Amino acid sequence: MIPAEHLDRVAGVFKENSKRREKTLIIYFCAGDPDLETTKKLVLTAAAEGADVVELGVPFSDPIADGPAIQAASTRALKAGTNLPKILEMVSEVRARTEVPIILMSYYNPLLRFGFDSFAVQASSCGVDGLIVPDLPLEESEELRSTIHKKNISMIPLVAPTTPQKRLGSILASARGFIYCVSLTGVTGARKNIAPGIPQYLTRVKKQSSYPVALGFGISTNEQAREAASWCDGVIVGSAVVNLVASYSGSQDLLREVSRFIGGLKKAVNEACSA
Amino acid sequence: MVLPDSEGHFKDYGGRFLAETLMPAVLELEKAYFKARSDPEFLNTLSFYLREYVGRPTPLYYADQLTRKLGGAKIYLKREDLNHTGAHKINNALAQVLLARRMGKKRIIAETGAGQHGVATATAAALLGLKCEIFMGEEDMRRQELNVFRMRLLGAEVVPVSTGSRTLKDATSEAIRDWVTNVNDTYYVIGSVVGPHPYPVMVRDFQTVIGRETREQIIEKEGRLPDCIVACVGGGSNAMGIFYPFLDDDVRLIGVEAAGRGLDTGEHAASLTKGIPGVLHGSYSYLLQDEFGQVSPVHSISAGLDYPGVGPEHSYLKDSKRAEYVSVTDREALDAFQLLARTEGIIPALESAHALAYIKREAGNMSKEEIIIVNLSGRGDKDVQTVAGVLGSGAHI
Repeated sequence: MIPAEHLDRVAGVFKENSKRREKTLIIYFCAGDPDLETTKKLVLTAAAEGADVVELGVPFSDPIADGPAIQAASTRALKAGTNLPKILEMVSEVRARTEVPIILMSYYNPLLRFGFDSFAVQASSCGVDGLIVPDLPLEESEELRSTIHKKNISMIPLVAPTTPQKRLGSILASARGFIYCVSLTGVTGARKNIAPGIPQYLTRVKKQSSYPVALGFGISTNEQAREAASWCDGVIVGSAVVNLVASYSGSQDLLREVSRFIGGLKKAVNEACSA
Repeated sequence: MVLPDSEGHFKDYGGRFLAETLMPAVLELEKAYFKARSDPEFLNTLSFYLREYVGRPTPLYYADQLTRKLGGAKIYLKREDLNHTGAHKINNALAQVLLARRMGKKRIIAETGAGQHGVATATAAALLGLKCEIFMGEEDMRRQELNVFRMRLLGAEVVPVSTGSRTLKDATSEAIRDWVTNVNDTYYVIGSVVGPHPYPVMVRDFQTVIGRETREQIIEKEGRLPDCIVACVGGGSNAMGIFYPFLDDDVRLIGVEAAGRGLDTGEHAASLTKGIPGVLHGSYSYLLQDEFGQVSPVHSISAGLDYPGVGPEHSYLKDSKRAEYVSVTDREALDAFQLLARTEGIIPALESAHALAYIKREAGNMSKEEIIIVNLSGRGDKDVQTVAGVLGSGAHI
């Protein structure tokens, strides 16, 4: 059981979904690709079409955990003048119109430069619910984690297939929100197949965690999302969405195509429930 | 106090900032390295290869002509350019590839800027029979064509990196992405005192052979320690290697960064001089970045110094004021490159020419009793084409 005082908007959505026998769909957008005005529309569209949680990538010049799709999106977003203060402003505008949980995915350096205290205060008042930092392992995370937890922003930990059992325990002990399980050894990006051995790996994580467990990296089709959802509480789809945004960037069809894609994914993950 | 601490911190700097997927790998590496470091068998094998294969010890050469020309302090050159493969990089690459073999890894990857670390790693992999892939920015492949060919001759695959500025920073990012993908069978040989713990301490330890030899040699030749030691700093491995054994002595330690087209132009690579602490490629250290924490584009005529970050121990030495960090421009480095060729018949690497440019500026102000040692970290054959391009091949030099 999650302690009641830690049941934030993110963990709350998982809980509600599980009561309804639904799975949680998390959709990633690279903030500012092609511009923040479009990102705002995309977030609202995603929330309306079935995304249960929206993850916004803060573009970084050197995204070492990302594959070509998100690297290219980050470059476009930075060229368009995107930065963390502007992203927070956009989130507050979105927050005025939707209750969808919003989590930021940021590399460590932009947060460091912003300052942890100011980040926690401002992100919290803008309506950010959680934070994922792909280059911040447990050993270095204490200061940032305690700072944002004080402002009720959840530090969502990443675990990997390579994480040994004992280490997994320490990571899960510090968790909030949900547990982000990386499906493979590698960077983000669409893959033909989901890596083997995932069910055993997820069982290992679920056994030790009171928080919901979601799977991400390499999940890009309805079939993959359905399969992944059958093993855990939620599924994260990123690069496939980023590619779709890139191919319809500037087109009138952008929101319609994104709606259709997300609607399909949501249907697929829920099918996993009834299967 | 012994630095770094158990988490790899040099006071505020260093640490481990990387994907969870790689954490078990660096923890395994840390264990394997600390075990190897005190294993006589590993140390004997390493010193055998350093002696019989690399050609160590390298001479500490008294540069009489240069000393006279500059008219001040006595100048000694630590001749790392005479190592097999032409630079100090082999000291570290060979040691890490030996460690990789000991750990049972089958595949070696590395990043390279000027190509010297790539060549050194490809050499060690050929010697020890391991598969090797080198990541190199396309811009650097253009600047260092000869080294690309050398790596291929040695049986390594050179992987062109076309993202970002297509230089060392991007090659490093791409190597990390490959490592996270192939972490189970791959060993990543980092070429400088950068990256997550244990790399900064491990690379430093493997490079301190430079400083240990220098210390013995100068005492033998002069009966005393030098007044000043000068080395160029990109990531900072040749500098850490020669500085480290002198940290507790009364010897000035001076690191020379690349001021590129000038510190005020924004086109430079002087991380310690102009940077702000931040995290890039796994550790916390001085970093050239903008107000939003995005890493800045950098420039140096020398591909080996063209990097926005620097090793965390240098950040610590800067803050504690144990070492001084200065910078010289592309132009000054080019002048020193030619000066050493003319006066001593030695063509230095453009990286090392930065250290020489500093003494060209300062030696004249020092007394004739003082002794300066310059770490001549590499030879300049690889740079001849670049320099010819800048100066004009037939031009008056």
